Amino acid sequence: MAKRIDDFIIKENRKINNDFFVLELSGNNYLPVLKPGQFVQVKVEESPETFLRRPLSIHDVDYDKNTISLLVQIAGKGTTKLSKLNPGEILNIIYPLGNSFSLPAENSDILLIGGGCGVAPLLFLGKYLKSNGFNPSILMGFRNSDRIIEYDEYAAIGNVYLTTEDGSKGEKGFVTDHSILRDHRFDYISCCGPASMMKAVAGYCFANDIKCEVSLEKLMACGFGVCLCCIVSTVSGNLCTCIDGPVFNIKDLKW
Amino acid sequence: MVNLGISIGNLKFKNPVITASGTFGYGSEFDDFINVSSLGGIILKGTTMEPREGNPYPRMAETPSGMLNAVGLQNKGIDYFEKNIYPKISGYETNVIVNINGSYLEDYIALAERVYKLEKISAIELNISCPNVKMGGMAFGTNPDSAREVIKEVRKVYSKLLIVKLSPNVTNIADFARIAEEEGADSVSLINTLLGMSINVNTMKPSLSTITGGLSGPAVKPVALRMVWQVARAVKIPVIGIGGIMNTNDAIEFFMAGASAIEVGTASFIDPQISVKIIDGISHYLADKGFSDIKEIIGLINRNSD
Repeated sequence: MAKRIDDFIIKENRKINNDFFVLELSGNNYLPVLKPGQFVQVKVEESPETFLRRPLSIHDVDYDKNTISLLVQIAGKGTTKLSKLNPGEILNIIYPLGNSFSLPAENSDILLIGGGCGVAPLLFLGKYLKSNGFNPSILMGFRNSDRIIEYDEYAAIGNVYLTTEDGSKGEKGFVTDHSILRDHRFDYISCCGPASMMKAVAGYCFANDIKCEVSLEKLMACGFGVCLCCIVSTVSGNLCTCIDGPVFNIKDLKW
Repeated sequence: MVNLGISIGNLKFKNPVITASGTFGYGSEFDDFINVSSLGGIILKGTTMEPREGNPYPRMAETPSGMLNAVGLQNKGIDYFEKNIYPKISGYETNVIVNINGSYLEDYIALAERVYKLEKISAIELNISCPNVKMGGMAFGTNPDSAREVIKEVRKVYSKLLIVKLSPNVTNIADFARIAEEEGADSVSLINTLLGMSINVNTMKPSLSTITGGLSGPAVKPVALRMVWQVARAVKIPVIGIGGIMNTNDAIEFFMAGASAIEVGTASFIDPQISVKIIDGISHYLADKGFSDIKEIIGLINRNSD
């Protein structure tokens, strides 16, 4: 799939809570077919602290409206600048970057697991799976009930299971503590979240022989396989998260 | 119409904009964004005799107006290059240059001999300035005796265009440029990255797995420009300017300081089309200022001040 560098127009900047917001971007050119798991490299307004682009996974795509949505967590100067963008302003992005989650075998019983900002690619993935005849369930983990992201959007895709670290909503604990993982066996799990969470989920999948793919986040400069900064240690040596990933089968990674 | 063509040694460049090693992959990564053949030249990712896995993650840290990297010459080695990469680059109608690196003198010589046999490769950039490897690299380029020896020995086996990439991590970079000239190098390119470091105060750890790394981006440009100016006054061989070139104006500064060509590096990470934009920008600048040839501005400030 050819990569592009394009100006997009901010259609909406929707605040989810104090830490998260969703940018809806409208393309000047017709969107190519995008795949769940892919990401974009966003050009933040230039300043000494925001020199490099910021990689953000594709949260949602609406081909009818010709829009891409990005779920962003305010984490530093770059994302703070993005959080202040107004409708009508221009955002330059390089896209589509990276590989994608694979389409599971027919009739697979699928669980999508997301933690915090890691839920971002799972909305696009969930909708994509649903439109391809699957009925995925979703397990999401957050620190507390104030930080839950777009519950209704995910609930529109399938069953949503929830954990919070303080127990303020859903089951108390981490995603891997949720009872659904003891009570039910899924055929396929795709996962995105903090490294420690993905490691725990990978451990669960290895123990139960469940096919599992994880979407990794690594520091990167370019996003298209040139700088060799976003490496991940795999059974085939160091690979770039940006072109060989961000989605990897857990069996290919060195944990 | 202005003339952008230049020559370095016997090699003609259609324009003076080259992409820097390690920031342009093997060219094909940019095929979606630009016509690679429109560049003056491309310098491929640093190549070694044996495959190298590079340094552990994290290898990169964003710093004010720049970035640190500690990739450590990750590449699949010369055998893989010859078999799998070389066939793919032969379609480009531009000068394709290989950046070679070694841990030992013998590695540099062997690599130069191998690359010499590759018809499409028109030049070598001899990297004696990589700051991110434990052995070789910058160790050669920061010691006058070992720099002299490696340049001399490579020159014996490589009769095509030989460019020596200099390290800025020395007291007087002009001394090293003179050594390159004395030992028969056709050109020097500078600067490689400046050794730097960064600490994450939240994790209380260095930002890079190797603690130190190479600084690039606009943060280094004034230092790079000063060094290019010093070197251009010290040697007669053509100088290739590198260091934080983000736009046309930056490139023009390097020409005026004495560079015959420039390399665009880190800027390509942020805008993969920037090298081509700079070529157009140079044309426009020259036309606007009433110049008809890029050569008219090379070393302009030296002529003006002498």
